[in-house]
Amino acid sequence: MELVRSHVLVCGGTGCTSSGCEKIIKEMENQLKKNNLDKEIRVIKTGCFGLCALGPIVIVYPEGAFYSMVKPEDVQEIVEEHLLKGRIVKRLLYDETIEEDDTVKSLNEVDFYKKQMRVALRNCGVINPENIEEYIAFDGYKALGKVLTEMTPEQVIDTIKKSGLRGRGGGGFPTGLKWEFTAKAQGDQKYVACNADEGDPGAFMDRSVLEGDPHSVIEAMAIAAYAVGANQGYIYVRAEYPIAVSRLKIAIAQAKEYGLLGQNIFGTDFNFDLEIRLGAGAFVCGEETALMTSVEGHRGEPRPRPPFPAVKGLWGKPTLLNNVETYANIPMIILKGAEWFASIGTEKSKGTKVFALGGKIQNTGLVEIPMGTTLREIVEEIGGGIPNGKKFKAAQTGGPSGGCIPADLIDTPIDYDSLISIGSMMGSGGLIIMDEDTCMVDIAKFFLEFTVDESCGKCSPCRIGTKRMLEILEKITNGNGTMEDIENLEILCKNVKSSALCGLGQTAPNPILSTLRYFKDEYIAHVQDKKCPAGVCKSLLAYTIDAGLCKGCGICAKQCPVNAISGERKNPYKIDTEKCIKCGVCMEKCPFKAIFKNH
Amino acid sequence: MKSLAELEEIRKRTLEKVNLRKDRGEGIRVVVGMATCGIAAGARPVLNAFMEEVAKRNLKNVTVAQTGCIGVCRLEPVVEVYIPGQEKVTYVKMTPEKAVQIVNEHIVNNKPCIQYTIGAAEKRN
Repeated sequence: MELVRSHVLVCGGTGCTSSGCEKIIKEMENQLKKNNLDKEIRVIKTGCFGLCALGPIVIVYPEGAFYSMVKPEDVQEIVEEHLLKGRIVKRLLYDETIEEDDTVKSLNEVDFYKKQMRVALRNCGVINPENIEEYIAFDGYKALGKVLTEMTPEQVIDTIKKSGLRGRGGGGFPTGLKWEFTAKAQGDQKYVACNADEGDPGAFMDRSVLEGDPHSVIEAMAIAAYAVGANQGYIYVRAEYPIAVSRLKIAIAQAKEYGLLGQNIFGTDFNFDLEIRLGAGAFVCGEETALMTSVEGHRGEPRPRPPFPAVKGLWGKPTLLNNVETYANIPMIILKGAEWFASIGTEKSKGTKVFALGGKIQNTGLVEIPMGTTLREIVEEIGGGIPNGKKFKAAQTGGPSGGCIPADLIDTPIDYDSLISIGSMMGSGGLIIMDEDTCMVDIAKFFLEFTVDESCGKCSPCRIGTKRMLEILEKITNGNGTMEDIENLEILCKNVKSSALCGLGQTAPNPILSTLRYFKDEYIAHVQDKKCPAGVCKSLLAYTIDAGLCKGCGICAKQCPVNAISGERKNPYKIDTEKCIKCGVCMEKCPFKAIFKNH
Repeated sequence: MKSLAELEEIRKRTLEKVNLRKDRGEGIRVVVGMATCGIAAGARPVLNAFMEEVAKRNLKNVTVAQTGCIGVCRLEPVVEVYIPGQEKVTYVKMTPEKAVQIVNEHIVNNKPCIQYTIGAAEKRN
């Protein structure tokens, strides 16, 4: 056997791929060859490590040295210093891993990872997702083997029910119940399907699972198929996730080759096959009925429920549809038991949840936390706080379907029911952090622009209602709103919520309703005072030059793209507010900080 | 895949390859000084000998790692053995043969090879 003394793990997730990990892998291989180390050191491309803000990330084992923001030109140093001479290159280490006394601490003790608990992401950043044997080495397919050889379908469903697992796509419906409904439904043919149509702006949990650990989803779907009596599965994934799609394809081909998909799996009479269906990236196709219509090859539009998919799903047959992250939890529940899973989290929300942490936060990335962790712990400890010393203002959960959590509720535990009770929702896991420079009316407008774009147009409350809501928001942010507009907006929101056909329309008003609930004063400031308190809405801004501070250098006038600034050298300059397009360049360039934004 | 045994077979076989990445908690650590001085004095064959012997004996709780210059370049190759709960033992002027002996006597049977330690080398001088 070849002796490998060190493993170099390079993140191959989408985040690190876009920051250039491919070049690093290539350079690493070249450098290893040059130093005759290519036989004893292995380079492995893995899934996401989670700390995307610091990508590309390279981890060297057995030391566990965590290098962040590695550039191709740094690779030579890592190879020559660390891999050849055993001297960890401290300059490239993630700052947090270096203790005050200059020793290096373990990754699990770093703030970002300390409070995390990785269940769904257990293998992400650990295994090579394109090698089925590595998944097997970390207990992969053992749960499927156990289920097929030792358990009845009823026992499997019972285990999932007892675990308390709820749907991770956002709805939070008890997974075991869904499985039971599908198992009990009458039908000669049944299907299992996986919803990998992750569409929330800023969310990338499912993508990371598919990229980092595709076999966990395949294994779980086979387990689900056995439990409900299906022999065919579909994974609906958007074509906008090319890395996830290619790894899934490789994983399915390998599983077939190893006989883990196909006929007579584990020598039993259980057969299961899996196919990928590519979506074109419509947000509405994440809604279950629209997703199934799209899998069937039709235009992705929702239909009324009931009948639910468990009764009438794909091609009118009973279908089990779960989200990627829900599936990723299944093998662990089977192997470690329902009691183990139920011991994590809160009374009604069991297990962990993966969040894509983004926005105004230090550690942008992917985090998995036990349910019941407070928003404060996520923002201040795991997330490392808000950059540039700004204050936390609010967090948006659930993307365009969710709502905001204001600063005074930062100690809210993150679980399904607590979030609903404060007017937000768990959602699929997008978590966008906003600081004091964020205008809440503008945020509501941003999400409404998204839903107006993504509304499929089948039902009028959504097609017309969201458009009218957006128009009112535009009126308010332009400074033309009235108090009556705010009232109408609220009424319209409630009507759309109660009358839209599917989840997209029913939840589209949420960003408005929750910002109205917690930040109504900002709406009123836009309407009555014609001011945007955060200084975001351009129509309500005016730039002025303080005559006392201005030295008359003329830099602002030179920089202004529309020649709105005039004056004579050594005398205070002036801004023509009629011409000004409020780009802010002058304020940024003024060496004397003499230009102010009035809001 | 025909049986669980077959799966277990693959698992075991691959585990050896990925074991480096497993979180092993408090295991035994063998650290070989691999700075320029160590390499020049022949640390690489010593490192390989440790790796081979640990693999041959299938010692799952032993990590063979490398480090930089420990400081006593004149006594290189230097190897340190950390066993949890025990004082660290520093071996000097290592050779592949000594490495095999240390795995057998010190790591497996918990009897440090006193004659190769830095203490013994200092006494001789």
